[in-house]
Amino acid sequence: MAKSNALRRTESLPVAEPKPSPLELDRLIHERVRLGIVSALAASEAMTFNELKRLLELTDGNLSVHARKLEDAGYVSCLKSIENRVPRTEYRITATGRRAFEKYLKHMEALIGSMKAQS
Amino acid sequence: MAHILFHDSAGRFFVPQSAMLEEMQPSVKVRPIANHALDNLRFIRETMERSSSFTAVPGWAGVAMGVTALIAAWFAARQPDRELWLATWLGEGMLAIAIGAGGVFAKATRIGQSLTAAPARKFALSFAPPVLVGALLTVALWRAGMAQLLPGLWLMLYGTAVITGGAYSVRAIPAMGAVFVALGAAALFVPAGDLFLALGFGATHIVFGFLVARRHGG
Repeated sequence: MAKSNALRRTESLPVAEPKPSPLELDRLIHERVRLGIVSALAASEAMTFNELKRLLELTDGNLSVHARKLEDAGYVSCLKSIENRVPRTEYRITATGRRAFEKYLKHMEALIGSMKAQS
Repeated sequence: MAHILFHDSAGRFFVPQSAMLEEMQPSVKVRPIANHALDNLRFIRETMERSSSFTAVPGWAGVAMGVTALIAAWFAARQPDRELWLATWLGEGMLAIAIGAGGVFAKATRIGQSLTAAPARKFALSFAPPVLVGALLTVALWRAGMAQLLPGLWLMLYGTAVITGGAYSVRAIPAMGAVFVALGAAALFVPAGDLFLALGFGATHIVFGFLVARRHGG
């Protein structure tokens, strides 16, 4: 079994969250790459950096920039460890992130609902 | 991927708000917005499907199934006649199915059922046929008096179900299926059915279940 040393776990520290109105779109999630990250984590709870990279077909830089933004917002948490001398980064969605994701889904469903109501 | 349909004058994309929808002319502008929302939802669903195949299989349920199988193997090996032996394993089979189904359901509920329904259905549809074939062959072989073949048959067909059900999942799942098939093949030729069943449904479930639970979120 691989040896795993937890070095740090960053948790949600949302700084001065702007009070969004119920209809306002969550731009943090709306961006396509971040939407992909949040969707993937919402379905699997924990994924490593490499799994996310492969799944979403991203470059290292692109993924780390967007993951960092989600981390800063407290939507995802990040656990870095060393496994067999190889650094391993694991991401999870936080409760805040899950709520934001669900809100975003409801928003999209509402948009579709209004199409059905009007057609 | 260029899925963004709306851009403002500065070239930044945006999605009009629901309140704005009501001011717009129906069918002229509402449709593309809603199409965009549909497209977004499709992207979300596909991403979740691809990543949830990583974890649709519940690891802790696998460990639990392994533990009950070890207990069942201990009991089955001590049964005086074949009927009680078969009853022990059939009981364990049903218990394992209940644990597995409960585990899949619990995991899907935690993740969000409406979005995991499709991959769960796909898994069930490819998992079920070998298991049903196994049930039919169990009856046939039992009636033909060939109960000694049952452990090999169960292990191989369960392994087949795991391989096909987990074909697009993490490598650990089809690998576990392959271990079951190999144990089943050995069980056909070595007269130690309960030992192989304990190794397969017991030990293999526990090892891979633990692996999945640790590495793929529960």
